[in-house]
Amino acid sequence: MVTIGESVVRPASRLRFILDRRDVLGSFLVAPAILYVLLLVGVPFLMALYYSVSAYTIYDPSWSFVGLDNFEDIIDDPVFRQTLYNTFIFTFGSQILGLILGKFGALVLLRRFPGRGFVRAMIILPWAVPIALATVAWQWMFDSLYSVINWTLIALDIVDRSEAPNWLGTPSLAMLSVIVVNAWRFFPFAIVIFLAGITAVPQDVLDAATVDGAGFWRRNYQIIVPMILPIVAIGLVFGIVFTFTDLSIVFLMTMGGPVGATSVLGFQGFQTGIVSGDVSHGAAISLFMVPVLLVVVVAMLRFIRRREI
Amino acid sequence: MKRVSAVKVLQETSFYGAVAFFFVLAAFPFYWMLITSFKANADLYSVTHVPFWFNDPPTLEHFRYLFEKTLFATWLLNSLIIGLCVTAITLVTALPAAYSLARMTGRNGEALGIGIFLTYLVPPTLLFLPLSRVVAELGLQNSMWSLVVVYPTFTIPFCTWLMMGFFKAMPPEIEEAAIVDGCSLFGAFVKMAIPLSLPGILTVVIFTFTLTLQEFVYALTFVSSTAEKPITLGVATDLIRGDIFFWGEIMAGALIASIPVAIAYNLFLDRFIAGITGGAVK
Repeated sequence: MVTIGESVVRPASRLRFILDRRDVLGSFLVAPAILYVLLLVGVPFLMALYYSVSAYTIYDPSWSFVGLDNFEDIIDDPVFRQTLYNTFIFTFGSQILGLILGKFGALVLLRRFPGRGFVRAMIILPWAVPIALATVAWQWMFDSLYSVINWTLIALDIVDRSEAPNWLGTPSLAMLSVIVVNAWRFFPFAIVIFLAGITAVPQDVLDAATVDGAGFWRRNYQIIVPMILPIVAIGLVFGIVFTFTDLSIVFLMTMGGPVGATSVLGFQGFQTGIVSGDVSHGAAISLFMVPVLLVVVVAMLRFIRRREI
Repeated sequence: MKRVSAVKVLQETSFYGAVAFFFVLAAFPFYWMLITSFKANADLYSVTHVPFWFNDPPTLEHFRYLFEKTLFATWLLNSLIIGLCVTAITLVTALPAAYSLARMTGRNGEALGIGIFLTYLVPPTLLFLPLSRVVAELGLQNSMWSLVVVYPTFTIPFCTWLMMGFFKAMPPEIEEAAIVDGCSLFGAFVKMAIPLSLPGILTVVIFTFTLTLQEFVYALTFVSSTAEKPITLGVATDLIRGDIFFWGEIMAGALIASIPVAIAYNLFLDRFIAGITGGAVK
């Protein structure tokens, strides 16, 4: 009787003893999440690294090592150099445009006015709605024949019907279009970030500065901007990372065209690696995102640390 | 006196002008979706009609076509199933992880938390090649279940970070009191921390669901048969016959898929911001 009783109780109590140690239970609780991420982000990342130095295609899954040949191939390819250049233009063009719109939008929404809640709700939409769906709406607005933008321009006598712009069919206009759509998608996020930052600036600091004689611009650029910089930096990190690696806008609006004018890294990686099945070159193309991601992430970590001090 | 009021009028006018500019900029594409989806085709494909309003009576034809002649209803159902499964996986893994990182692992937890969050920034376009191989090994190619497996790679990091913020904002005294009263550590998490953080959990559920609806790249890469597509991918790529775009149907589908996400975002935006910034500060 006694032995049976003991053998049932003891393992349970030992388990309970172990699980009542903070660090042990802590590791148990965090383990599934870390395992999931390691298995499906960490391992695939290493696989991508190996693909890029192998001769792997879906027709020849041999995994043979070829060193840096793939990288040499793609750097020699003028189409790839154009793609790399496009990616930078696309990223910085849309981030600058988005930040400007975000800053002014935040200033507008900071003031109380009738209907502000409704206006804010509508302004959030471009960021909330799935970008693929919003992109097809823009594609329809840029339609070569029934573009509402062109209709307006023609109605206002700004252009003639015969020379109405073909937004997605002219290289420079196509690039402008995808930049505008991406900036449009991000500016509500920028507004939200700016608003969160500005409202977090303590009013007494501003009052003290006002008492000390600081005017509007001085308060703006010597107090508010430095104080909101960390949170804006984090917002910008998001923007840069998601734009630099984007595929959906270009894929849906222009398919990288006309003649490669809007091809970006994510798109070319997809075309080469998935559509053509040349996995090794596709992986090498995608890996060109990594240096930029690293720079951005390091910058973000430094901002977070500075914030904690 | 008069000059002051003139300046004021000018200021007010330019202010409301700016409001109108941002309003139209953000909302016009959605207005365009709305009006396109209710327009008859003859009205839609005309270069002379004023495009901003109905020239012919509005019609439900596009919506009818969408539900009767396409797999739109299937896509809706697929998205719902994917969203629910991914949300379940995310809650089961991210909630304990966030609690552990916020309360149990001290200084290391902070670093680990930032580390997990950074994986959220690893883009799909970097991982889709190896992941498509993983998906194939699992026998899930061309199936929506591949997305159920892959989507938690970004929802878990995101939600762990969000929940960390919520847990940190909660006073630890309540759980400590429960432990003093004889509750185990795990019991304190399940019986005290989880019920108290229900608003945070609701936010996480909503945002996990919307993240799965917004995703496009993995869906495009892994799923090619029409019947397995989630709604975003189906509407964006499958309503085109040859070279002909069915704009009325596409816009109707986009509208239906957009509305729930738009509402959810607006209702939970403030909590979302609080969660993000709460995770960044202590």
